[in-house]
Amino acid sequence: MGKLTKADRPHAAPSFQDLILRLERYWADQACVILQPYDMEMGAGTFHPATTLRALGPKPWRAAYVQPSRRPKDGRYGENPNRLQHYYQFQVILKPSPPDIQDLYLDSLRAIGVDVANHDIRFVEDDWESPTLGAWGLGWEVWCDGMEVSQFTYFQQVGGFDCDPVSGELTYGLERLAMYVQGVDRVFDLNFNGGRGKDKVTYGDVFLQAEQEYSRYNFEQADTKMLLSHFRDAEAECKALLAKGEDGKRHLMVLPAYDQAIKASHIFNLLDARGVISVTERQGFILRVRELARAVCAAWLKTEAGGAHA
Amino acid sequence: MAELLLELFSEEIPARMQTRAAEDLARLLGDGLKDAGLKFDTVQSFATPRRLAVVVDGLPARSSDVSEEKKGPRVGAPEAAVQGFLKSAGLKSLDQAEIRADKKGDFYVALIERSGRSTSEVVAEIVPEIVRSFPWPKSMRWGNGRLRWVRPLHSILCIFGGKVVPFEIDGIKGGKETRGHRFMAPKPFSVRSFDDYVQKLRKAHVILDAKEREIVILKGAQKLAAKQQLLLIEDMALLAENAGLTEWPVVLMGSFDESFLSVPPEVLSTSMKAHQKCFSLRRGEHLANRFILVANLEAKDRGRAIVAGNERVIAARLADAKFFFDHDRKVMLEERVPKLREIVFHEKLGTQYERVQRVRMLAREIAKLVRADADLAERAAILAKADLLSDMVGEFPELQGVMGRYYALDQEEDPAVADAIGAHYKPVGASDDVPRDPVALSVALADKLDMLTGFWAIDEKPTGSKDPYALRRAALGVIRIALENDLRLPLNEATRAALVKWKNIPAGGAETQQSLLAFFADRLKVHLRDQGARHDLVDAVFALGGDDLLTIVRRVEALGLFLDTEDGEHLLTGTKRAINILRIEEKKDTCSYEQPPDPSLLKQPEEKALAKTVDEVERVAATAVAKEDFEAAMAAMAKLRAPVDAFFDHVTVNTDDPGLRENRLRLLNRIRATTLTVADFSKIEG
Repeated sequence: MGKLTKADRPHAAPSFQDLILRLERYWADQACVILQPYDMEMGAGTFHPATTLRALGPKPWRAAYVQPSRRPKDGRYGENPNRLQHYYQFQVILKPSPPDIQDLYLDSLRAIGVDVANHDIRFVEDDWESPTLGAWGLGWEVWCDGMEVSQFTYFQQVGGFDCDPVSGELTYGLERLAMYVQGVDRVFDLNFNGGRGKDKVTYGDVFLQAEQEYSRYNFEQADTKMLLSHFRDAEAECKALLAKGEDGKRHLMVLPAYDQAIKASHIFNLLDARGVISVTERQGFILRVRELARAVCAAWLKTEAGGAHA
Repeated sequence: MAELLLELFSEEIPARMQTRAAEDLARLLGDGLKDAGLKFDTVQSFATPRRLAVVVDGLPARSSDVSEEKKGPRVGAPEAAVQGFLKSAGLKSLDQAEIRADKKGDFYVALIERSGRSTSEVVAEIVPEIVRSFPWPKSMRWGNGRLRWVRPLHSILCIFGGKVVPFEIDGIKGGKETRGHRFMAPKPFSVRSFDDYVQKLRKAHVILDAKEREIVILKGAQKLAAKQQLLLIEDMALLAENAGLTEWPVVLMGSFDESFLSVPPEVLSTSMKAHQKCFSLRRGEHLANRFILVANLEAKDRGRAIVAGNERVIAARLADAKFFFDHDRKVMLEERVPKLREIVFHEKLGTQYERVQRVRMLAREIAKLVRADADLAERAAILAKADLLSDMVGEFPELQGVMGRYYALDQEEDPAVADAIGAHYKPVGASDDVPRDPVALSVALADKLDMLTGFWAIDEKPTGSKDPYALRRAALGVIRIALENDLRLPLNEATRAALVKWKNIPAGGAETQQSLLAFFADRLKVHLRDQGARHDLVDAVFALGGDDLLTIVRRVEALGLFLDTEDGEHLLTGTKRAINILRIEEKKDTCSYEQPPDPSLLKQPEEKALAKTVDEVERVAATAVAKEDFEAAMAAMAKLRAPVDAFFDHVTVNTDDPGLRENRLRLLNRIRATTLTVADFSKIEG
């Protein structure tokens, strides 16, 4: 018992950015498209069109990417050792889910230096559901010595539509994983760049100020009236684009419409953090976003990437 | 006779589903074999996180040949009937049928011979069917496949008499290979028999039997605890869950910083259990700063890294819990109460805030009934739900009430108020204790009665196995609180008081109340039966009416004891005889014999003796019942036995003299009426 000694830790614990680079390298070798983060605010990597939309339709697809995830409510002004309103998810989507997906995943852990002969890796039931996306799947949270390091999901439905084939989705909480492999108790102490001494840049150096500022914004300053009107605008634009993009059996403007749904979802999260949405209203907002997501998914199935026949 | 072994090897099956799935597998396979005419000795099933297995012993190699006769239409029957018969019997023409004769004439008989089938063939047919229609609570598809299973199914081992049973389900072929522990023995190996399977699995670091895994965990945990002079806080559900999360359980002990012990022990235990599936330990009466974790790996470093990792996670979890505890205490409970307006209790029944307003008034009234301090009861009721808005209960809903108590103590409420907040959900299960303090039980009763009357008013009663709001438990809670506290609780008054608090719900009339009282009666019967009382005795006492649970139960007890005596037994027989005769004669004469007998018409000494005793007994029994001395009432009843027996031995009721007959029937009615002071003997069996 007691603290981790150096010998317990994997050799040369990767820096935060190293972790990302190793995962990218590993999944690139599995024929994944390595994408860059989607350029919009979103609550999780699943919202990236490379997951939400590509999970629908018959076409095979493999992608991996880092997605900055914004959860305004989770901000703690940089004072909590592991709660952040902005953090990184590493997202992998494999469609169809290959038979050896669990082994692929475990090899990715080995690739970032987790010794599975000394660490207790467990697949613990955790089904996933996104009420705003109308999506759900079955899977696990993956434990490493009691710590949840990934979320593992077999998508069954997105936007209310059956996923066929089924995609396997892996989501790594990068900060947690890094804290684990580096043996750090406070997220801001993570070694970001792997430098030593003067050259060392910590996670706090990069993000602490942002956490403080955004917590003020999210909880205290965000203009709720303006946000409400932004929400309505995004909702209206999404619907308008979906209507304008209809072209017989095809749809020509799904992705711009989806951007508006993503926007509406994030604005809802901000309003929620500001505490201006009552319990009953909450359900209404979620349903409105889900309606957008559902309509976008329906339109996606009428596009080439969505597998519609020419 | 041969053995069938089947293993379905998959990705990790949720722990909570494993036991049920193993049972379902055994049942479905057993039924399938029986339906195919295959008998066997035993069927046993097992589950681990990655496999369901079943072994059937004593199966024949083939099902036996079956010949049966099918009776057809009469000779010369219409063509349609003949065709129907040929089709159902599988005959080409009537030449293949026999003709037999009975009293009514000639008719056709088809002789159907079904030759037995090889067991392996039958198994190859039923296993795919079972897999395709397996009753998982939730199932999924994966990859490009169409098959549904709880998680992706990888391989199927199926051997009968040592040989592979050939079949294929969506590309998965029945085979003889399986795999061991995911990390310690990942290579496939083949299996010859069940014994071979169990042994090879063990070598490959898999304990097949969940019960054995539980024992390994429990013994291991107790041993580690003893080494540190600690006691394991046992938890059967947690034990089963850990057995469902491991194929090769390895028990380890970790510790956390002592400073966390300032947080209530329930919080620490719940946090370690809910999030990390860890067991808590105590030193004497107090929680120790140690925990037991169950790993699924014999690590090369003997678990050093695993313990260190778990300790860090636990430390972070406990830090969260401590943060919630400190943070929650910065807000007074009453400040939270208005926010209960935002928590919907039930769509049709309004918010928690409205509920609190009703319960506080009801708690006052009940407090008066049970001689508790009404002000304290009301205060507790006002604050009872406030912890639902605390961060801690948000995180751990199972700590509702428990946290409210701590927060109330912290803001220096009267200890009786704090305890009432803590106990007002009790009893939450059959093994949970009931609130004892008068203030606490007032609030607990008010809380349950409010809930019951509300759901009754909107007609959302439990039906069959459906009881989503746990209303049976609530009613049983009311019953147990009353009985175990020797509490007088007039249910009529109490339910009416609760019903009138529902201002916005129209259906709260007398009918609703009657239905609810009947539900209580029903629950009480079930409760008493569970405790070994005879249901007919409960019925016999219930038939007398009355709404005081305690009195009802005491009567049932006294009645049971009395009927166990020889006097009781005889009196029951005599009384039932009297009741039967009366029932028949009253029906025949279309009148009732409820008038007192005329003393001048009492002729035989046995009549006179009975008439005299019955009056005495009735007087003594009634006085005893009024004093609720049911033993004394029964003792009085016992005196009736001899004269009743003598009466039936020597006196003829249905004599030719109509005057005498009527008087004797009136005398019988006296027996019926007198015994009614303690129970309705007609409802008693035997």
